[in-house]
Amino acid sequence: MTRHAPPRWLLIASLAALALAVALASLLFGPVDLSVGRLLAAATGADDRVASIILFELRLPRTLLGLAVGAILGLAGAVLQGYLRNPLAEPSVLGTSNAAALGAVAALYFGLAQLHPAVLPLLATGSALVSLALLFALAGRAESPLTLILAGLAVATLAGAGISLALNMSPNPFAAMEIMTWLLGSLENRSFAHLWIALPCIALGGLLLLWNGRSLDALTLGEDAAQALGVDLARMRLRLLIGTAIGVGGAVAVSGAIGFVGLIVPHLIRPFTDRSPSAILLPSAIGGAALLTLADLGVRIIPTTNELKLGVVTAFLGVPVFLVHLMRERRLW
Amino acid sequence: MVRLVLDRIGVTLGRRAVVRDIGATFAAGSLTGIVGPNGAGKSTLARAMLALVPATGAVCLDGQDVSALPRADLARRIAYLPQGQTLHWPLTVERLVGLGRLPHLAPMSRIAPADAEAIERAMARADLLDLRHRIATELSGGERARALFARALAVEAPALIADEPLASLDPGHQIDVMALMRAEADAGALVIAVLHDLTMAARYCDRLLLIDGGTVAADGAPAAVLTPDHLRAVYGIEAEVRLDGAWPTITTLGRSPAQYRT
Repeated sequence: MTRHAPPRWLLIASLAALALAVALASLLFGPVDLSVGRLLAAATGADDRVASIILFELRLPRTLLGLAVGAILGLAGAVLQGYLRNPLAEPSVLGTSNAAALGAVAALYFGLAQLHPAVLPLLATGSALVSLALLFALAGRAESPLTLILAGLAVATLAGAGISLALNMSPNPFAAMEIMTWLLGSLENRSFAHLWIALPCIALGGLLLLWNGRSLDALTLGEDAAQALGVDLARMRLRLLIGTAIGVGGAVAVSGAIGFVGLIVPHLIRPFTDRSPSAILLPSAIGGAALLTLADLGVRIIPTTNELKLGVVTAFLGVPVFLVHLMRERRLW
Repeated sequence: MVRLVLDRIGVTLGRRAVVRDIGATFAAGSLTGIVGPNGAGKSTLARAMLALVPATGAVCLDGQDVSALPRADLARRIAYLPQGQTLHWPLTVERLVGLGRLPHLAPMSRIAPADAEAIERAMARADLLDLRHRIATELSGGERARALFARALAVEAPALIADEPLASLDPGHQIDVMALMRAEADAGALVIAVLHDLTMAARYCDRLLLIDGGTVAADGAPAAVLTPDHLRAVYGIEAEVRLDGAWPTITTLGRSPAQYRT
């Protein structure tokens, strides 16, 4: 088989156009129907209080948060897959998202988040970092996908149990509902205050992750060859651990653990690239932004009595990816 | 002129001393074969030359300790082809060979025309131009071995260390790869190859380092190293050695009687 991938700029431009279109749709559609004219008028400062509140206090922060969280989840998935040389790696499969959610839950329900605005993202980032360290320790140096997935399952289950325990013990009548929100993720009722917590972490984490493209390419040849090509593996591992922990930690601190975005997006992007790990990093970030915003739009406009949790939608989208891998492993396809 | 000096190299993996007290000097323009039985420490010695494994003693490249050199600097000066055919993603041959230019790229820069030319040269020399758009993980073992060898050539470093570059190659392509390494050496490169095929080693190498039990059992010209006595002591085989004439051959006759093995 031969391969000729489309030019990289075309892929990035198409994905950016898609993300923009989805973001505009996310501003336009919701439980309350607002015409384009009314939204435009509100955006340009007309005196329409309802439209203005809906646009600036509900839909805009929610849309921006969806784009940012989706971008870091897509990017983290792409980077982790490249680093671990495993197409099933991503923050939620490896337990990083649940661990970050556990940190956020601890900050919120033990009252620590009230001490300082930085406590919430710090605890989420810290527990994400601990979970990644634990994961690498559990999985060891083996390059077996199975070991890694098992270690990720252990970390995710442990963190999930921790979240449930923390919420069970908290004197909160809505605990059961809250457990769902943290384990499945949601962007409901998020304000600019949430965005300001998440955005700096996502930006910093994203930069640290994007920096690894070439080193990830070199790792395609294995660790020895990568080092002989000039890659400092220890430094790269550090950048990657800290980048993932800060980025995913900051995102999960406001959105809860939204699964599978980092799994689905690189999988969809890869066929349009030359398959090298560096080629999917930026496209996965843009694609993740588009996918999560789209899923969040779906959550809002699919008519249900209670709003659907975002993670439910992404989980439905994630299952086919696992099935495709299963079928390839069994050589059914 | 590149020069690599090993000064009393020792490597311990776990509790086992895999390489013990090995000293040797390698000069530009030479093709040295490292030969020896399985588990003798050949690959570990090669890895120690690139500071890929913690070692005692010193490995000096042009007078500088390789373990103190920045990785990127070392990568431009010694190309390394590891053992096995590790390739984790289905890259095209051209993209795979292009990985050899990574040490030359400045941060955040794109492939320059000089890099593209180096990639073309490497592919041409390994006879890969027709396969450039093929997916490397779907090639035959021999084709993939050539693509990985071309990746090491694309570095265009003054020194090349290849660990079993002939594995999974048919006799024709074995000759091609040996001839390529010979040509690299004749063009002034320092080439070291870990080899199992003693006839190939005898035909193409200027010098052989026979390793046994982590130490040097013999070091010198093929005729001095590949003697029936050495082969009996190190490999435990009886062999017919004909190194005079245009086509040296080493024919394994059988296992040596147990009492002659060491």
